[in-house]
Amino acid sequence: MPILETKGLEKAFGGVRAIQGVDFSIEPGEIVSIIGPNGAGKTSFFNVVSGIFNPDGGQVLFDGLDISGHTPSQITTAGIARTFQNVRLFPNMTVLENVMVGQHCRTSSGVFKSILRTPSQKREEAEIEENAKDILAFFGSRLIGYRLDQPAFVLSYANRRRLEIARAMATEPQVLLLDEPTAGMNPQETVELTELIGRLRSERAFTIVIIEHDMRVVQGVSDRVVVLDHGVKIAEGSYGEVSTNEDVIEAYLGRPADLEGAS
Amino acid sequence: MTATVAPAATPTGTTGSTVDLARVIRVGTLVGVGMVYVSVIGLLATFNRRLVIDPWLSLGYLVLFAAPMFGGLQFIKREKLEGLEPEPASINDVVQAAIVGVIGGLIAALFATIVNTFPDVRSVFPNWSPELVELLTLGLGVGPAFLVLPAISAVVAAAAAGTSFLPERMRKALVVGLLAVVAVSLFQPVVDDFFDWLEVVPDFLYTPTRAIGVPGAIAVFVLAAGLSYFRPRGKNGLTRRLGSEDESVRRRSTIITAVIVGVAMIALPRFLGGILNELLVNVGFFALMALGLNVVIGYAGLLDLGYVAFFAVGAYTTGVLTSPLSPTWDPMLTWWQAFPIVLAMAALAGLFVGTPVLRMRGDYLAIVTLGFGEIVRILLLSDWLAPYFGGAQGLRNIPGIPIFGTTVNVNTPQLMVYMVMAFVLIAAFISWRLENSRIGRAWAAMREDEDVAEAVGVDTVKAKLTAFITGAVIASFAGALFAAKVGSVFTNSFEILVSIVILVIVIVGGMGNIPGVLVGAVVLIGILGGPAQPGLLQEFGEYKLLAYGALLVFMMLKRPEGLVPSKRRQRELHQDEFSQDAWLDRTPSAPGPSVAEPGRETF
Repeated sequence: MPILETKGLEKAFGGVRAIQGVDFSIEPGEIVSIIGPNGAGKTSFFNVVSGIFNPDGGQVLFDGLDISGHTPSQITTAGIARTFQNVRLFPNMTVLENVMVGQHCRTSSGVFKSILRTPSQKREEAEIEENAKDILAFFGSRLIGYRLDQPAFVLSYANRRRLEIARAMATEPQVLLLDEPTAGMNPQETVELTELIGRLRSERAFTIVIIEHDMRVVQGVSDRVVVLDHGVKIAEGSYGEVSTNEDVIEAYLGRPADLEGAS
Repeated sequence: MTATVAPAATPTGTTGSTVDLARVIRVGTLVGVGMVYVSVIGLLATFNRRLVIDPWLSLGYLVLFAAPMFGGLQFIKREKLEGLEPEPASINDVVQAAIVGVIGGLIAALFATIVNTFPDVRSVFPNWSPELVELLTLGLGVGPAFLVLPAISAVVAAAAAGTSFLPERMRKALVVGLLAVVAVSLFQPVVDDFFDWLEVVPDFLYTPTRAIGVPGAIAVFVLAAGLSYFRPRGKNGLTRRLGSEDESVRRRSTIITAVIVGVAMIALPRFLGGILNELLVNVGFFALMALGLNVVIGYAGLLDLGYVAFFAVGAYTTGVLTSPLSPTWDPMLTWWQAFPIVLAMAALAGLFVGTPVLRMRGDYLAIVTLGFGEIVRILLLSDWLAPYFGGAQGLRNIPGIPIFGTTVNVNTPQLMVYMVMAFVLIAAFISWRLENSRIGRAWAAMREDEDVAEAVGVDTVKAKLTAFITGAVIASFAGALFAAKVGSVFTNSFEILVSIVILVIVIVGGMGNIPGVLVGAVVLIGILGGPAQPGLLQEFGEYKLLAYGALLVFMMLKRPEGLVPSKRRQRELHQDEFSQDAWLDRTPSAPGPSVAEPGRETF
């Protein structure tokens, strides 16, 4: 059974139909890339799945349960975490705090426990910190040590992206939605991140949906590729199948017939 | 004018060897405008009644000649850049400062002449009077004023600029000494109360006008300047230990500081008389409310401008439940019996205000909460609810707080201080624990970016309501104590201005930082005074709001993070500096990025 599935998903912004009846599904442990030209509705798709927008029609099923219409925090708590296309950290909180916030939905100490600092609350706080450090250690030495107490805004662009992934990991999701994780990275960092995405699956057992423009990354990580154009799913299959699909080439490069007609 | 062209490109922006005429005229005009402003709004006349150094200097003239002083200081400001030697002090700065003083003084003298020539505009400017001319010309008449005012201003400005020739240490000592003289003079009631057991000291210091006398001033100056000069240099021990890297050292010195402050606070009310204890109680009320607002605005980032409503809920609930004169329903509970109900009512009020504004942000939230604050006050005042809350008559005969066989009320100011202090401690404790918990982190995340907080699993609805309710409960502490202290509640204690003043306390003190908020309450309420409460500087009276405004503008320009800022907020407002420091911090021993890819890891 697919862990995440959308059926006939619809979303319109005024007259713009950003998503038009998209059917999508992903099995546990799979890595699926969503590609498509700018404005194809990829990020809108993520926004609807993660609850930032409510769908106008269709369903989002997580583990067989309809989660459409739930708030983003409920969806994150259910087990879908995401990153943002334009990195959105909590810039003035420290690296460690950023990740610790991610643990919020997996912990429960309330106001009174926090004021009284009960043994269970103390234990929980210690666990949060330990988990956060553990997650940061996943990225090698980049985000630990002296970095832990630095505010997030001092990080380099690539590190901000890594921290955002770490924060998403801290919500202990089953499905990870990565929105252009390599945007703005240099070639070496991109190669590293491709490896990292593989490790996210092999070491942490995440199911991953990734929006990506860099075709080497798409080729390197994905089991399956889904192509969107103008909010419609135009192709689906392995990288090889999709990259030779005529509709896809047309979506990216335009119609050869036009050229012929013109000449 | 040509002089301004060539050397203006020096790195510090100030010219070393020439007179920057445009700048001198600009600053001089500002100084003159400042002097005229101080005169025309009546500060000079009002403050002139209070002497600072008997018989030489009144507060009025101190304020008047502060303008040329600050004007003069403009010319010795040096931008400190790392790796660059700041330009040394030069006689040129002093000359420029003196010219500024002359310009300022001339403008003031001109103004005096105008007032003297056209005395008939009093309906527009109530302070436009022959007395003002008299004051402004130092009683010498309009003609000599054109000599005397520029001369004095020039001397003041030049002296201020001339301090740059002194070694840094001596300069600091001078400033400390002068500030000490002014402070000791203005805070006469405190000093007087404090030396109750040693009457010789106040008798020596003060003349019968409550101002410091000349011998006293000299003694205080020498003492303060001497202490400052001979103080061990560098960061003093305590500050260093409090910021120590070593956890145990830091913890130990924090405890020691806390104990010392605690003992001082316990001893303090014993030394103080009724008026000062009253003042401390007022500081406490506002500190409580500011702590509560700090949770809402400093931690959770929700701009609540109607916060006084929760104070009103606390006070009125206490009044209705405890007063034998409550109309309609008077359960006549004791204060302690009523207290849990008060907290519950405040929490409910927090929920009621919080729920409808969940979807609002920033400005919209501010306007709507402002409206809520007024709605609460108007409802309490209305005839419709008068059968329950007394309307314009308010609630009277509210009993004090029974404790250990005595009653804490308006007649026991010392006990009231302890009571309020205890609750301030509780509120500070609650804020501190919440700030450093899962909930505090959720608030911080929400303040940074609400949408993202929601997307990483923080239930922002719950977090917002928690913040509103916590804030409301803390404000109701203040309300309950206020009702018991005053013995009656009227709606005029819950004006919009109170909300604004609490907000100013939080901003000036340091948003999101508990010590900051407490310092803010002491500075604003203790020294300047609250909306209806006199502060130490009673002379400010009608100019209180002006002082608030001026302080707020000054802080926003010079220190937007507040007097005692929170770490996070300081970082936020000085991001570029922190980025730089973080870059310098990169320890060479740090493994990985800085070694493996030195060019790429920017910071």
